[in-house]
Amino acid sequence: MRVHFAVYARGLRRHSTYRAALVAGLITNSVFGAINAMVLLAVFSARPQINGYDASDAVTQVFVGQMLIAVTMIVNTGPSLDLAERIRTGEVANDLLRPVSLQGWCLSQDLGRATCGFLFRGVPTFLVGVVLFDVVAPYEIAGALAFSTSVVLAALVGFALRYLYSLCGFWMLDSRGVWAVAGLVGPILAGMILPLPLFPPAIGDLLRLLPWASMVQIPAEILLGKESLPGGGILSGLALQALWAAVLLGLGAWITATATRRVVIQGG
Amino acid sequence: MTPNETLHRETPGEPIIEAVGLGRDFVLSEGPFLRRTRRRVSAVGDVTFTVRAGEIVGYLGPNGAGKSSTMKMLTGILTPTSGTVRVAGLEPARRRTRLAAEIGVVFGQRTTLWWDLPLRDSLSLTRHLYRVPEREHAERLAELTELLELGPFLDTPVRQLSLGQRMRGDLTAALLHAPRLLVLDEPTIGLDVVSKSTIREFLLRTNAERGTTILITTHDLGDVERLCDRVMVIDHGRLVFDGDLPELRATVPVPRVLVVDLAAPAPRIEVPGAHAVRVEGPRQWLELRDNPARVIAEVAGDHEVVDLTLREPDIETVVSSLYRGTVSVERADGS
Repeated sequence: MRVHFAVYARGLRRHSTYRAALVAGLITNSVFGAINAMVLLAVFSARPQINGYDASDAVTQVFVGQMLIAVTMIVNTGPSLDLAERIRTGEVANDLLRPVSLQGWCLSQDLGRATCGFLFRGVPTFLVGVVLFDVVAPYEIAGALAFSTSVVLAALVGFALRYLYSLCGFWMLDSRGVWAVAGLVGPILAGMILPLPLFPPAIGDLLRLLPWASMVQIPAEILLGKESLPGGGILSGLALQALWAAVLLGLGAWITATATRRVVIQGG
Repeated sequence: MTPNETLHRETPGEPIIEAVGLGRDFVLSEGPFLRRTRRRVSAVGDVTFTVRAGEIVGYLGPNGAGKSSTMKMLTGILTPTSGTVRVAGLEPARRRTRLAAEIGVVFGQRTTLWWDLPLRDSLSLTRHLYRVPEREHAERLAELTELLELGPFLDTPVRQLSLGQRMRGDLTAALLHAPRLLVLDEPTIGLDVVSKSTIREFLLRTNAERGTTILITTHDLGDVERLCDRVMVIDHGRLVFDGDLPELRATVPVPRVLVVDLAAPAPRIEVPGAHAVRVEGPRQWLELRDNPARVIAEVAGDHEVVDLTLREPDIETVVSSLYRGTVSVERADGS
């Protein structure tokens, strides 16, 4: 455990050394959030209610999404986990020679990165939304607690998915194709491009059950306290996120074991 | 078991690596899509050897001979397709993470250090990674810092280090938990003469003072001559030699060469016990099959000799002739 904490701390420090990148990310996320919010405001001025969402709910979800980009890395079209590149070059050999599990090592480091991204990029982006738009912020303690838990679970799901994309590199030699597809499809499935209530209800409800929704749609609805959450409430929403985190991390551990037994590390 | 106990428990001569009939095949897919054919190639076939505690063993072979595959099997990141191997009493592929605590590994072309953080941060992490008591870690770090002269760049981010500095950092990271076995894959690749010699001196000292067993692959035969008590040569996936350096020289009959400078250019010399294999103006290279003194007397009888040098084959010549299965005199003159 202490090892993982030490790795977490290094992940955090490592990413906080790139201050310019954090500021650039903050500006990009705010500008995209503003554009996205204005488009949705135009939609909602034509129809004030769509499947239980109003204009304020929609802009809130936009800024939850923008805030969580730095946590879940959901919109990247290329590899956003070092592991992917390390598998491609064979550098992963060094990672496998540590007396800790590969997934535990990568997870600790990525949570450090996510913490840094959340504090210095995500939260300021959200505040920009609060200042410029009618964004709902978590003002009550219970709501804030539920939302924070949801953000942590979103970070776990975000990591677990990206870890699985990276592992494809063991079989495909290069996982960049997988990342490109995930980078295109993931944000749509997550409710990042359009909030899922804007889809036909049957499709929206189905997409909420998939792991990608746990990175944007579910956290947004938990913040908004929506009944459209799977199971109808905040607790069942959190339970779904936790379930996906557990299933995906379990799958990651299993595939890692298979990969290291059967697969060849590249490079001499 | 703390690393400290491991350190003092070491008995010299106890086997630390035991490979029996070790082999690894790879399946290659070739040809166009849909008509792809599969071919099985052997990277390492039937390799058997034992390394005992306290030895420094060089593992040599040309590119593609199976060195890296063997190293990967010894460290547990590649599962053998045949044979067995035990390292520090463990089966590497099954107990990889457990074994990692017993060994230190440096791949010369790769790094375990954190690119964006000061060297110190990577080194302090090993304390948690290998559960080394704080005091012991501090002592060991101080010792290594002094020996490898890390002081001036401990607080520099790794991305700003020179190759030689980074390699010293990697060596330190591999040794901070006092491993019983140090596995080095081309540790001096790309380094200048001074850095190479610092690292060689350091490795000799670590071996002498701590009894750390060292297995080293290298293309730098200076490493071999300076460091290794014993060399193993692998070619086409098979061990073609296992023994010490004098034995290696004796195994491969690379003839000694007598370089003769004559007063004037002369026809190719042919005397009993030697014949010229190369002629350049007044200088001739004679391959010796016989006692040099007799040959020198013969040559001096027929020609006016200005100078003479007798060249012993160096390790590089011996090893390269082992790789090729032939003896090349062109290389024996050291040119």
